[in-house]
Amino acid sequence: MEDDGILLGTPVAILALWMVRRFLGTATRLPALDRRLAKLWIPGAVVWVGYLLLGEKLHLDGDLIDDIFILFVIAQFLQVVWRLRDYPPARTLGLALVPYAAVLLLAVGWRQLAPRSFKEYNDGIDMVGTCVFFWMVGLFWTARGQKKRLAIELERRAAEEKAQQRIVARNTELEQLVQVRTAALQQQAASLQQALEELQLTQNQLIQAEKMASLGELTAGIAHEIQNPLNFVNNFAEVSTELAQELAEERKRPARDPLLEAELLGDLKQNMLKIVQHGQRAASIVRGMLEHSRASTGERSLTDLNALCDEYLRLAYHGLRAKDKAFNATLHTDLAPVLPLVEAVSQDLGRVLLNLLTNAFYAVRQRQQQGGEPGYAPTVQVRTRRVGDEVEVQVQDNGTGIAEAVRQKIFQPFFTTKPTGEGTGLGLSLAHDIIVQGHGGTLEVASQPGQGTTFTLRLPY
Amino acid sequence: MMKILVVDDEPDVRTLFEQRFRREIRSGALAFSFAYSGEEALGYLHEHHSEVVLILSDINMPGMSGLELLRRVRTEPAPPPPPRVMMITAYGDETSRTQALALGADDFLTKPVDFAALKEKLLALPSA
Repeated sequence: MEDDGILLGTPVAILALWMVRRFLGTATRLPALDRRLAKLWIPGAVVWVGYLLLGEKLHLDGDLIDDIFILFVIAQFLQVVWRLRDYPPARTLGLALVPYAAVLLLAVGWRQLAPRSFKEYNDGIDMVGTCVFFWMVGLFWTARGQKKRLAIELERRAAEEKAQQRIVARNTELEQLVQVRTAALQQQAASLQQALEELQLTQNQLIQAEKMASLGELTAGIAHEIQNPLNFVNNFAEVSTELAQELAEERKRPARDPLLEAELLGDLKQNMLKIVQHGQRAASIVRGMLEHSRASTGERSLTDLNALCDEYLRLAYHGLRAKDKAFNATLHTDLAPVLPLVEAVSQDLGRVLLNLLTNAFYAVRQRQQQGGEPGYAPTVQVRTRRVGDEVEVQVQDNGTGIAEAVRQKIFQPFFTTKPTGEGTGLGLSLAHDIIVQGHGGTLEVASQPGQGTTFTLRLPY
Repeated sequence: MMKILVVDDEPDVRTLFEQRFRREIRSGALAFSFAYSGEEALGYLHEHHSEVVLILSDINMPGMSGLELLRRVRTEPAPPPPPRVMMITAYGDETSRTQALALGADDFLTKPVDFAALKEKLLALPSA
């Protein structure tokens, strides 16, 4: 190298140092070391200026100073590379610098120790130096590519991470949303449950109200039904007193008539039986009334449908009679002489029969009141019979009949054709529930408008 | 002797009347026949023209009511003298009473029947 009086290698080294720092990003990766490296321009400047002022006077070897400074800077590089050995571009850079540093070190040492042979091999050493320099440049280029790829990879990872974070954030958000929704749904479910309970309570109250309403309709009929047997009890008791007195008088007479006495005794005995019979009749009516008004126990027992039909036919008839005294109807009963008993809740069945009968009487009364039919005889018929393994009860009337449009709705709750206040609209709906759901039977209706209606219920036995 | 037709759907009415009026029946002052429905009563009247002097009928009966029976008795031609008719009802309301009297009833009684009063009424009748 020629001695020009100024140092070339030193500023180049400082420039290379600045580039490497930038390239490896030491400011962020190794901040402490970087602060030190950043100050290396100061010794570089001192060396450069010092050589410029004193180099000639002191006969200093400029090349040696340059090379030493370069080696010093390379040592700094290697330190950085070592510290950043996990960073691939740094490793590649290290790989680029090591041969250059080695050759430079060798060249410096050789020149100092054996300047003569160094000069002799100068061309060869220069060539090696050139090769190593290009090696360094080539690897530096590779390192640049690596760095770019890494940066892209990092960017990709960062984007992925960001996406991941977004997903996590979104998940959290969704979870919160789900929690909020769940809470809202739970609240909704709770309020629905409450509404359901209230509805069930209301339904029970309505059923009870319907029961009481039908009982109210019956009251007059029941009173009449009780009054009759009661009159008999009173009358037979009174007449028995008379008979007893007559018997006593007869026994006092000197010429007693044994035939008359026997007759009186026979009558007395018969009267006692009548009193018991009619007393029981009244009692059974009261019992029936109580059963009807009591909440259903739901307990099934063997039930005689014939007796039940007979009982409720009378109650329904007298119930209507009590309301409309001018009303009269022909009652037909066609009860099968031998009818199997049915496992049933008799008070529930009684309500069904009462409802069907009340409706039948209502229909014939309506038709009668419409008038215009001389010779119209309101007739309600109850028929029982066995059909296969079922018992059938038919309630037939020759009343107004039911129009098709109405017929489709009659089993719906709250449907009524009666004026407001006269019907709850629950009667047939409850009857249907009792027969179909309560007893596994069927309840059907057939009707001819203007001709009459037949309700047919069947129960398995 | 006065023949009386009692019309009521309760069969025990027969026993009751027979015992209540046993002395009058025994003495032959009164004679009772019984029908258990309006229809049956009409049939009996057709078969026993002019024998029956008095009809005692319940109003509330299944089928033909007492009032319908009364209307038929009063409108259908029958050999004279026309029978007297007394209506009996458990529903002693004014409507039924007016209706019965309008249809030609001679008297209107409410259940429970006061047999002592009825007996007096019967014995006070001209043909008894």
